[in-house]
Amino acid sequence: MAEEKKLKLSHTLLPAESMKVMAEAMGIAQVPEETSQLLADEVSYRIKEIAQDALKFMHMGKRRKLTTGDVDYALKLKNVEPLYGFHAQEFIPFRYASGGGRELYFYEEKEVDLSDIINTPLPRVPLDVCLKAHWLSIEGTQPAIPENPPPAPKEQQKAEATEPLKSTKPGQEENGPLKGQGQSAAAPDGKGKEKKAPVLEGAPLKLKPRSIHELSVEQQLYYKEITEACVGSCEAKRAEALQSIATDPGLYQMLPRFSTFISEGVRVNVVQNNLALLIYLMRMVKALMDNPTLYLEKYLHELIPAVMTCIVSRQLCLRPDVDNHWALRDFAARLIAQICKNFSTTTNNIQSRITKTFTKSWVDEKTPWTTRYGSIAGLAELGHDVIKTLILPRLQVEGERVRGIVEGPVVSNIDKIGADHVQSLLLVSAGEGGPPRPPPSTLSCPPPPAAAPPSR
Amino acid sequence: MAALPEEPAEVVVKPDPDGGVPPQPQPPPAPPPAAPPTTAPAEGEAAAGAPGSGGEAAPPKPAPPGPAASPAPTDRQTLLAVLQFLRRNNLHESEDILRREARLLGEEVAAAALSPAGPGAQGTPGGETDATGGEALLSRVAAASGAAGGGVAAGASAAPGGAAVVAPPPGKVGGGVPVEDQPDVSAVLSAYKQQGDPALYEEYYSGLKHFIECALDCHRAELSQLFYPLFVHMYLELVYNQHENEAKSFFEKFHGDQECYYQDDLRVLSSLTKKEHMKGNETMLDFRTSKFVLRISRDSYQLLKRHLQEKQNNQIWNIVQEHLYIDIFDGMPRSKQQIDAMVGSLAGEAKREANKAKVFFGLLKEPEIEVPLDDEDEEGENEEGKPKKKKPKRESMGSKSKKQDPNAPPQTRIPLPELKDSDKLDKIMNMKEATKRVRLGPECLPSICFYTFLNAYQGLTAVDVTDDSSMIVGGFADSTVRVWSVTPKKLRSVKSAADLSLIDKESDDVLERIMDEKTASELKILYGHSGPVYGTSFSPDRNYLLSCSEDGTVRLWSLQTFTCLVGYKGHNYPVWDTQFSPYGYYFVSGGHDRVARLWATDHYQPLRIFAGHLADVTCTRFHPNSNYIATGSADRTVRLWDVLNGNCVRIFTGHKGPIHSLAFSPNGRFLATGATDGRVLLWDIGHGLMVGELKGHTDTVYALRFSRDGEILASGSMDNTVRLWDAVKVFEDLETDDFTTATGHINLPENSQDLLLGTYMTKSTPVIHLHFTRRNLLLASGAYSPQ
Repeated sequence: MAEEKKLKLSHTLLPAESMKVMAEAMGIAQVPEETSQLLADEVSYRIKEIAQDALKFMHMGKRRKLTTGDVDYALKLKNVEPLYGFHAQEFIPFRYASGGGRELYFYEEKEVDLSDIINTPLPRVPLDVCLKAHWLSIEGTQPAIPENPPPAPKEQQKAEATEPLKSTKPGQEENGPLKGQGQSAAAPDGKGKEKKAPVLEGAPLKLKPRSIHELSVEQQLYYKEITEACVGSCEAKRAEALQSIATDPGLYQMLPRFSTFISEGVRVNVVQNNLALLIYLMRMVKALMDNPTLYLEKYLHELIPAVMTCIVSRQLCLRPDVDNHWALRDFAARLIAQICKNFSTTTNNIQSRITKTFTKSWVDEKTPWTTRYGSIAGLAELGHDVIKTLILPRLQVEGERVRGIVEGPVVSNIDKIGADHVQSLLLVSAGEGGPPRPPPSTLSCPPPPAAAPPSR
Repeated sequence: MAALPEEPAEVVVKPDPDGGVPPQPQPPPAPPPAAPPTTAPAEGEAAAGAPGSGGEAAPPKPAPPGPAASPAPTDRQTLLAVLQFLRRNNLHESEDILRREARLLGEEVAAAALSPAGPGAQGTPGGETDATGGEALLSRVAAASGAAGGGVAAGASAAPGGAAVVAPPPGKVGGGVPVEDQPDVSAVLSAYKQQGDPALYEEYYSGLKHFIECALDCHRAELSQLFYPLFVHMYLELVYNQHENEAKSFFEKFHGDQECYYQDDLRVLSSLTKKEHMKGNETMLDFRTSKFVLRISRDSYQLLKRHLQEKQNNQIWNIVQEHLYIDIFDGMPRSKQQIDAMVGSLAGEAKREANKAKVFFGLLKEPEIEVPLDDEDEEGENEEGKPKKKKPKRESMGSKSKKQDPNAPPQTRIPLPELKDSDKLDKIMNMKEATKRVRLGPECLPSICFYTFLNAYQGLTAVDVTDDSSMIVGGFADSTVRVWSVTPKKLRSVKSAADLSLIDKESDDVLERIMDEKTASELKILYGHSGPVYGTSFSPDRNYLLSCSEDGTVRLWSLQTFTCLVGYKGHNYPVWDTQFSPYGYYFVSGGHDRVARLWATDHYQPLRIFAGHLADVTCTRFHPNSNYIATGSADRTVRLWDVLNGNCVRIFTGHKGPIHSLAFSPNGRFLATGATDGRVLLWDIGHGLMVGELKGHTDTVYALRFSRDGEILASGSMDNTVRLWDAVKVFEDLETDDFTTATGHINLPENSQDLLLGTYMTKSTPVIHLHFTRRNLLLASGAYSPQ
């Protein structure tokens, strides 16, 4: 009947040993075994009783934490003098000591030099209680203001993304723990029915309400400001905007807009070869990923292509020979690796699909050097295993190809630069694929000159 | 007359918290002439007591004074008790002998048995009438009532020994004389003396278990109810007879079979392993002194009886006879769900008879006011809220038709204070506001304004808001009471006496002039309590504030001077909750001593003591018509008490944890209750039935409130959410057919999700108070407590 929810009972008893120690502390030596056992039983019972009373004070005090004050009041209830000297501290440190075959836990009371106390400056007075009002709800909808919790906690966003059928309105899914506590207890028949009801009978099956994507005026303003700052010319503003994206809790509702903004932005700017904007957009992706209250899974279909584009696109800037589009590719590659790490599951197979894409374009003979570089960078970021299984075996082939460009007749300057970069990248990643080096090197470090390039 | 609100004002002049109200020249507001006689003596009694020395003095009037007064009556009470005992046990001879010896008249004993309210018990009629019934119990109550009745007065000052509940309910109140505790406890315990072979207990129990598990499905659920009380009593018998090891293994073996909602009690039981422990353990005594009530259909009962007789299972049969009260009904056995909905309280379900009394749950009509300008209707809240003045006749007609509501109590059932001019003005304001009230419904949810207490360091224990939402008060664990003004109007005190004498009393703005501008501030702190303040309540006229605390007192504060006027001492233990009557003057308090007390602001002793709960009274609420009081308790029951005679008129069982919040619907028909189990239950007061269950909260529900028109029920909880429920829908399709009313069986629809209109999370701020403004804006409050 109630087997599943076994009552947690504590049969903890104080050891009779403790009684002896306490008796000794009081100056009573040689307490007989039997007496101390009896005492231990009695004391354990009383302590439990007091703890149960103290719980009552906690409940009436509308708290979740039992304080030493509660215990004091419980003692008072029993007409016992409360323990003086213990105040509601978060943590009462007990020290451990052993010796003479005994183990002791005690509360260390240091001797306090009064003059020290007098001479130390007064501590800051704690802030006084104050009252602050805010709107928890306006005609049924909760405004997204800092005083309110983020509209959809990350767990719920995640549940919504991964198990869309299960999730309902915010806060409604917490039925689980309640069942155990309150309702109909152990009815095995009742329970079965309850679980099946929504599925079988169909009537109460709740269709997922279409989420409303209307933004409030404030949110629209915010969105406008943020997007303008992110792609604008003022670096300070951009930093602030990115900071806001990375930390603000209430962005859930704007997430679809941001993701569309990024994906469209990349599409347009790749065509126009506007490297700066692409970098800004990737930084936005980074900021979104950093925000602890957002769960991006639902928007990956827009973000991944955008990021991938920035990694493997043939051309990202107007003057590929001068501009440092390689940094963008590196940065985006790191992003994609992060995405894989966070969101790849056995169902969506993000990582394997991405790996496949990279490998395919790398293996292709006609792939330009830029794309080749991006593919390798993307793969290299995915970790040792990927490097070991996909990059190392192809070092030989790739080395030949690089040598063909570097040492062969000069075809074009761009190709040469590309080959150079690929070469150095390979050096680095091959190094990483081997036994892990002590300090994890970043891509910005120059390749260690000692390592002989395989092409030589 | 309208004397009452002014009287405490007198007290202002010479505050004397310890002595209570100073002697008053004029009698307390005499109840209106039509007041029922029962009230009058009580009032008279208290009034007579008032000029007395205060403190321990027993009311001199009632015939046999409390034990403190003289030794002779005490003896006689003891004697009466002994006689009762003898009679109960059919020892007629000894009874006769003793009686002859004592020259006591038979009638007296009989009288004591029949009308327990006999000697000096006016103060506590609640205890007796509600007592858990059964002749044996009744007589025991009668026996106790001698002590209890006398003890009422003394009970206030009773030694802490009273904690050990001796007799059933009233025992707690009047356990007054500690000496009497000892014999009583052992008498209670001695019932366990008869015993079988301890080794066989497990066999008995598993035998019964086997039988019940093999019974037909329809009976099994009903008979399973037996498990828990039997388990407890068998365990206690083992412990009492000092078979510790057997007791332990018995507990180990079978505690897993018990329903999970008994966990808390089982935990207490598990720690109780020695006979010595039983003496002071309250939970255990509850079990012993009150019969566990089971509701079982006749068929199932016959089945059980036959089985036990066949098996010659006397041990179990004895327990069933001695410690259980089986409420047998005719008809279909109940289903598991039906049973589960109703059980869970400390002493089983409520007996059907307990909820049969008539309850006048209708609203009062405000007596008409002659002044045409102020013609006002008390029930303005529930009327359409037409602008007043226009057709005074029409309005009075409307309210008259209301009076014909058969459910409303007679207007003068409880003497109520008369309206002052300022009250009338307030009513007019209320009416005006009501015209601007938002009509709420599933389509139109209220806006919620949240008042967060910052830097409270988890010390906020109680909150209240005035009816006009102009002030908010917080009770804190550091013993302070803090009052904030939430309107631009700051809080000001009255000037000192010397300054007041300089004021021109004829001037029009004298009320403005008496206020001291220098004291204006948004926050006033009231110091006086010496323990956490667990309950606060504003008076309806906003002149007073009540607070109750761990220190056992209820304090009345003036919001004109921001000083303490009276400290009401009566509870010896922490007072968990207090509330003003919706008409002012009266207030109720309830606390750890398991009783709720009704007070009037100008009496330093309670007018009524409502005894019957088996554990702490955790929350108290007045019915909107002020004739009833609902109390919630840690024994997991809710009781409704009649203010007029102190009777318990309803017992609601079904919660699985201590009750922490109560709310009456504005029309007075329904009661909503919230408990630590996170559920909100709804009750029909007239029929005494559970009518709804709202599941959704995951932690204690600390706040409940109906919107002004009763369409929405708001609940606030420790789980940091405010939830809104569709109250109209819950109540509209009530099936209160004859069968349901007759048997008390209920079938609750599983529709919490459909009724839930909204859930609003706060930022780690438990919601401990909710309040609908007159325009139906919801105010919520709580203290921010970062994890």
